[in-house]
Amino acid sequence: MKEGFRQAMAWLHTWAGLIFGWLLFAIFLTGTLSYFKGEITHWMQPEVPAHAVDDARSVAVAQRYLEQHAPTAARWFIGLPDSRDPGLSVMWQDKIDPGRRGNFIEKMLDPVSGEQLQARETMGGEFFYRFHFQLQMPHPWGRWLSTIAAMVMFVALITGIITHKKIFKDFFTFRPRKGQRSWLDGHNAVGVLVLPFHLMITYSSLVIFMTMVMPASIIASYDGDTRAFFNELFPATDNAPALGQPGKLLPLAPLVEQARAQWDGGHVGRLAVNNPGDVNASVNVSRAGSDRVVHDFGSTVSFNGNTGQLLRVSAEQSLPMAIGGSFYGLHMGHFAGPLLRWLYFICGLAGTAMIGTGLVIWLGKRQLKHAKTGVMPFELRLVEVLNLASMSGLLIAIAVFFWANRLLPATFAERSDWEVQSFFIAWGLTLLHAMLRRCRRAWIEQLGLGAVLFMAVPLLNALTTSEHLGVSLAKGDWAMAGFDLTCLGSGLFLAWAAWKMQHRSAVQPRAERARPLTLKGEVH
Amino acid sequence: MKSKASLPLSYRLGVTSRLLAAVVGGYVLASLASVCLSFWLPLSRADAVVSGMLSSFVFYLLAVIWCFACRSAARAWFGVLVPCAILATLAGLAYWMGRP
Repeated sequence: MKEGFRQAMAWLHTWAGLIFGWLLFAIFLTGTLSYFKGEITHWMQPEVPAHAVDDARSVAVAQRYLEQHAPTAARWFIGLPDSRDPGLSVMWQDKIDPGRRGNFIEKMLDPVSGEQLQARETMGGEFFYRFHFQLQMPHPWGRWLSTIAAMVMFVALITGIITHKKIFKDFFTFRPRKGQRSWLDGHNAVGVLVLPFHLMITYSSLVIFMTMVMPASIIASYDGDTRAFFNELFPATDNAPALGQPGKLLPLAPLVEQARAQWDGGHVGRLAVNNPGDVNASVNVSRAGSDRVVHDFGSTVSFNGNTGQLLRVSAEQSLPMAIGGSFYGLHMGHFAGPLLRWLYFICGLAGTAMIGTGLVIWLGKRQLKHAKTGVMPFELRLVEVLNLASMSGLLIAIAVFFWANRLLPATFAERSDWEVQSFFIAWGLTLLHAMLRRCRRAWIEQLGLGAVLFMAVPLLNALTTSEHLGVSLAKGDWAMAGFDLTCLGSGLFLAWAAWKMQHRSAVQPRAERARPLTLKGEVH
Repeated sequence: MKSKASLPLSYRLGVTSRLLAAVVGGYVLASLASVCLSFWLPLSRADAVVSGMLSSFVFYLLAVIWCFACRSAARAWFGVLVPCAILATLAGLAYWMGRP
């Protein structure tokens, strides 16, 4: 029975991993990139200058801009710059319409001059972040699909642990250059090495959208009134409606200072101003997520916008909320400093590698059976093509996204959309390429192309902007320099992988030939 | 796994049935568990709801594992539906006690 249980779990691990592996690979890789969301945006908008952060000045600048450009808006949002992302963002919403999402107008300002930044239009790192959980699908389907993928990942992880009986002994076993064996050892090693990360990241992704995917208890406890549930959880955001009489909004900067005093000098992440031109104006100052590990959704201080009267300070969160908040905070990693951020990035890459090696193993095992006949069944060919497009194809698409950012003219109308489109066009083309070419050739060609594209990114940056490595390193602009260097490193890695693949194709036939000979020897 | 062509139809139907039990039955089980916890946990209403949602995915996982570990598809359904019935009774009891 015990052996049967383990076999059943291995079966579940195999098939859950295969069916969702391609999607999970893309989710993991784009999510890993999202840890450097701000840095990627900085690279993709080289026009945004980095200034020393000064909250009071930024708030004053944003308020002046909004009072001139959106005096009648229903709500303003001000996102303050931080050391990782130097842009000051202001958003406003003319009418609050709960049925529609995202009817915001957003502008990036220079935090010193208050001028609207003439930066190239781009989604920057936000693209990877959004794709990571929305999958470029209409709301809410992408979120559902990514959460379903997270549940499958959870099942695959736990069944993988059950299957893998000698978890610690096998960890020290790595048999290089043994083909299928090496892949399995590698799969196990990256799986076990960062197992706590995998478990945390997977369970937390379920927790992040739990109110969407598991709403039964809200519906049952609040008689279907989900609004009441959220108001009870986050009382600070339950603001008074507009009265329709004009009011005069106070300067926001002193309110920010008052809010910081409430948090013992914690940092402000963003401000929301409700009904800015009304007597019932209210200002919600929210704490920056980078302040601590446990994310507090409701960590908000609310003021009356006309009198400056302190309306509400959100209470310390309860234990269940703190547990939920820790999952969220750990997943997002806002609190992580440079070193920890790199650790997050590496763990994310390890997770991506675990999924990738798993897909390779599935195919490799089954291909061996058909190696002699030379005829590949359709389903194996399908998996092969999808493996190619989902792994090396995605890498090429990411590189093309960066290339498009530098090559599309900065003044080109819908350039931001075209960046995204070039990402998907490139991805589609790699799928086509994978279908047309023989497997090993396709791997070598795609990995090689990816290598060239990534290695040339620093060069491209030097040719199209004045922020090349010589300048950025001398200035100490680590986000810019780090991006170039990481691309170079990724390119070198892909080149090595392509070279390995080429090399292996020369070795393999010899090994294949050797085996039948010995077998014959035994028979005769 | 052997090559798919050699697998009998009954086996495939069994796998489909287990899959349905795991995905649909497991979701219902997880939902009922979260409802039950939100009614019975001695916490404030919002906290109990959050705790129920937080832990629901573990119930889902256990249901999925059960559905593929047990000996037959019938047992898979049995093992999911019986806890569902118990949880539903407990939740109904709490609901009925809460509002006379």
